[in-house]
Amino acid sequence: MKRLTLPLSGPDARSLRAGDAVLLTGTIYTARDCAHKRIFALLDEGKDLPFPLKGSVIYYAGPCPAPEGKACGSCGPTTSARMNVFAPRLLDLGLGGMIGKGEMSGDVTAALVRNGAVYFAAIGGAGALYADCIRKSECVAFPDLLSEAVYRMEVADFPAVVAADCCGNSIYR
Amino acid sequence: MRTIGTATIADCVYRLARRAGTQLTRACKDALLRAASCEEGAAKFALGAVLKNQEIAAREQMPVCQDTGMAVVLIELGQDVRLTGMPLAEAVNDGVRRAYRDGLFRKSICDPLTRVNTADNTPAHLHTELVSGDRVRVTFLPKGFGSENMSRLCMLTPAQGTEGILQTITDTVRLAGSRPCPPVYVGVGIGGCFDSCAFLAKKALTRDVGSRNAREDVAAIEEEALRRINALGIGAQGFGGKVTALGVSCEIAPTHIAGLPVAVNIQCHCIRCEKEEL
Repeated sequence: MKRLTLPLSGPDARSLRAGDAVLLTGTIYTARDCAHKRIFALLDEGKDLPFPLKGSVIYYAGPCPAPEGKACGSCGPTTSARMNVFAPRLLDLGLGGMIGKGEMSGDVTAALVRNGAVYFAAIGGAGALYADCIRKSECVAFPDLLSEAVYRMEVADFPAVVAADCCGNSIYR
Repeated sequence: MRTIGTATIADCVYRLARRAGTQLTRACKDALLRAASCEEGAAKFALGAVLKNQEIAAREQMPVCQDTGMAVVLIELGQDVRLTGMPLAEAVNDGVRRAYRDGLFRKSICDPLTRVNTADNTPAHLHTELVSGDRVRVTFLPKGFGSENMSRLCMLTPAQGTEGILQTITDTVRLAGSRPCPPVYVGVGIGGCFDSCAFLAKKALTRDVGSRNAREDVAAIEEEALRRINALGIGAQGFGGKVTALGVSCEIAPTHIAGLPVAVNIQCHCIRCEKEEL
């Protein structure tokens, strides 16, 4: 298991290879379908984004409400392929990587290579396990989207597998 | 004639929803344990995480998966039962609303065009079937959409026959690939018409994973489809492996002489389904 600190540094990102098991610690931002649409609208209008893209890692996820005593409810990854249409532009703007589940498109893989970024696969259907890795969670944009809003999360020892690396390798066949 | 207040059904839906959201079925746990024992590498790592996850969820009464699904409710209503109180659909929605609020489940239902969330996970998808007797059987299936999105309905021709059915099932799982959280549970509807075929596939998912259809020729399709799917090598989370599906369940109904509808409803490895008889 490799331990990594987020946001992801360039050398860290370039050292990873598809298939590596990793434990992630640091800041991530959740965003899924609706939040991506809004982020794109902000970009098109030339407005500021609710979080810095440079080196950041987006987690494709929409959590359950937090129970008492926990920062967050169940929060596993959603299917990344739905974000194929969004990821390349964000990667070209400096996004360090994404966490989700399942294979992404060739366009995304090419953007990872172009920008030295990484796509991590979290384990789908392990929401309660991931909730235990989330130390803090705060809504930073689009609260009307409820679970689909953007949350800034502090995670510790968040288990994932490098699904696609900056050399064009993929864990999927 | 037996009288049942629909508030009783609302409470039943509440109990089933709370349980279903936080625990896998016994048959699912057993199937995952068997799968974990024959995999290695990343697939074993993934299945290990999934098994550990369901322990945490059960212990802490947390949703086993954050996608607590669209609430699919099947009610078999004995025709000797007289329902009193609020309309049945309202009672079901009441049970869903309270369970998703109290269980801290995610509210995942929205308008398909505006995408505005209904904020209480209603409406449920309610399917009622009139049966003989004076009992009410309630089944609750929280259906996640990572897998639902990978489902298909194909109107085959009679000439395509059993081989066409097997190809349709296998192709659906192959096309879904790593996306629906494999190892999947595959519900298949064979026959009926456009909509009833899709419902048969959904109903097949309410059977215990690993169970066999009573009809030998249908059970043979279940077995052969499972063999072909597991030969695909997709494995847990698409990381590669021997177990791509935990099971295939087929339900069958008579169809038109001109057609052979086949519906394939994909369920992820988090098989959550609770039943109760009133």
